[in-house]
Amino acid sequence: MKLKFKLFASLVDYLPPERKGNIVELDLPAGTTIQSVIEQHQVPERCAHLVLVNGRFIPPAERPAHVLEDNDELAIWPPVAGG
Amino acid sequence: MGWARKILRVNLTEGTCTSEPLNMQWADEYLGSRGLASKYLISEIDPKVDPLSPENKMIMSTGPLTGTMASTGGRYTVVTKGPLTGAIACSNSGGFFGAEMKFAGWDMIIFEGKSPKPVYLFVENDRAELRDAAHLWGKTCWETEETIKQQHQDPQIRVSSIGRAGENQVLFACVVNDLHRAAGRSGVGAVMGSKNLKAVALRGTKGVGGIKDFKGFMAATIAAKKVLADNAVTGQGLPKYGTQVLMNVINEIGSLPTRNHKDVQFEDAAKISAEAMHEKRESDGKSQLVTNAACFGCTIACGRIAEIDKGHFTVVNKPEYWGASGGLEYEAAWALGAANGVGDLEALQYANLLCNEDGMDPISFGATIGAVMELYEMGVLTKEQIGVDAPFGSAEALARLTEMTAHGEGFGVEIGQGSKRLCEKYGHPELSMTVKGQEFPAYDARGIQGMGLTYATSNRGACHLRSYTVASEVLGIPVKTDPLVTEGKPELVKAFQDATAVFDSAGICVFTSFAWTLADVQPQLQAACEGDWSMDKLNLVGERIWNMERQFNMAAGFTRKDDDLPPRLKTEPAKTGPAKGLVSGIDKMIPEYYQARGWTPEGVPTEATVARLGL
Repeated sequence: MKLKFKLFASLVDYLPPERKGNIVELDLPAGTTIQSVIEQHQVPERCAHLVLVNGRFIPPAERPAHVLEDNDELAIWPPVAGG
Repeated sequence: MGWARKILRVNLTEGTCTSEPLNMQWADEYLGSRGLASKYLISEIDPKVDPLSPENKMIMSTGPLTGTMASTGGRYTVVTKGPLTGAIACSNSGGFFGAEMKFAGWDMIIFEGKSPKPVYLFVENDRAELRDAAHLWGKTCWETEETIKQQHQDPQIRVSSIGRAGENQVLFACVVNDLHRAAGRSGVGAVMGSKNLKAVALRGTKGVGGIKDFKGFMAATIAAKKVLADNAVTGQGLPKYGTQVLMNVINEIGSLPTRNHKDVQFEDAAKISAEAMHEKRESDGKSQLVTNAACFGCTIACGRIAEIDKGHFTVVNKPEYWGASGGLEYEAAWALGAANGVGDLEALQYANLLCNEDGMDPISFGATIGAVMELYEMGVLTKEQIGVDAPFGSAEALARLTEMTAHGEGFGVEIGQGSKRLCEKYGHPELSMTVKGQEFPAYDARGIQGMGLTYATSNRGACHLRSYTVASEVLGIPVKTDPLVTEGKPELVKAFQDATAVFDSAGICVFTSFAWTLADVQPQLQAACEGDWSMDKLNLVGERIWNMERQFNMAAGFTRKDDDLPPRLKTEPAKTGPAKGLVSGIDKMIPEYYQARGWTPEGVPTEATVARLGL
């Protein structure tokens, strides 16, 4: 299963060195959840604030059970805001 | 009390400066800054007045917390009838100018009439006088500020001025203070230019006296600052990445208006993002971002100080732009970039510098360029007319058209009229992405439904800062709501609008609201100001201000039909991203919003609402 994994702002340091900008392409086993990707990359839970799959927000309670699908895009930000 | 209790009235026609007491009953009803200055303006001008005539007035106003030790307490507003919209205009700025006005002992300055020749106002505490500005006319905001400081031999003078855009009455001209902070929207700088008022220079040494409960105020401001520091957004996210961090967020959720709102995602968003500003350039090994910066009294410090690539084509042989200066905020980066399909970060910074230098709102300017580029691609406008090839994505066109508009050259004069007038002139009014004549900010109404209602109902024309529902719909502040649905948005927008009116009127920055609620502001106001400033009262004051602004606009000639979005957002579905297939649900939300507001189906505040609010 292919996944585009994107980490932004201060989280970029948690991406593996082969990253291109803020993105790395991962090959993962079927059944991988959001939570497991976050844990594998050691992103601190409190920093995984805004979690989007294909642009849609996934609430914290759903992340452990949310199974990613082939060609999904998982993007994560720490707490940020703008105006 | 937080108020200085004193107004400076400047009659530019007569050349007089007079002091008068602040109307304390109005201060009790409208708080300060936005609310109180709007009350004065509305009481003193004909709503149908030509905004660029001597009969219009312009007010610079502080709030009761301006100049105090409240965090972000450096804000001031410029209130007038706006020439871009014909609606009430209230543009808010940070920096240090607002606090200096308070230190000089003034709550607000009311400008009326028109000077027969260019002048600037010089205020040193109680002393105020108009001085000749013939030597400043034609100069940029940067040159004006430097010249005035040198002339008075005082580097601590604070200056607000207009550049050539304001002099030329570009309809989206700003009033710029402290080099790169601006009362940016609705063309308040054009009003200043129409009055032959080049600048306001202030020196105040009085501080802010008369805080009602000084110990209580100390305790309240310290507690509130801790809330900001402990909050991950205001304590870490905004200082490090600034507002620009939203570029990738809003692109990811499919709500980044691109190429005049033809698309909702920009393929080069990453190249013009906060992360890109941090990256070291290949050309010189330096990042564009130099450091962050804070306005007076601010403990967030979201401002950007940036340095352009000296080798970039826009600044070759132009050393005046090589130094560190105001950097790209999200709105400017979007309007100068995605809105035109331009993905060249250095070109965006160049255009941003010119906007600061000559006083132009980068949102309205950039969005107007988006319309020009669409008209060019349609063949409606030609290279011969524009003076340059202007397809979407052309950094060269962006740079050249910025120069032409800032300097009042060639086709830049037409761009300076804004997209509504320009698109109407060339037979395509539907391509103007505006509400009430003011250009949209950086959120697409199809992907963030609440922002469509925000734009449509904003009293100063399309604006994100009147009710920033992005906080809830995208960022989850204070609670996460679904950006793709209309349900609950009328009530959400109303709540944001009323609360924001209080933040603005207190003299603090609305960015505190990422961590603060009104419950954090209330103890600060209660300790600073005489009278009752309970939560109930603050909620009432916010709603009163909103309805007062609405009544002014209706008297100026606006009706229900002006609370609407351009047809593109209602008929052309988003092509990609989570909002794919969606259009704005504005027609469904408007009646619900009017009902939530206590207005008639025609959008008029009912007698009961007017009576309840004491209007």
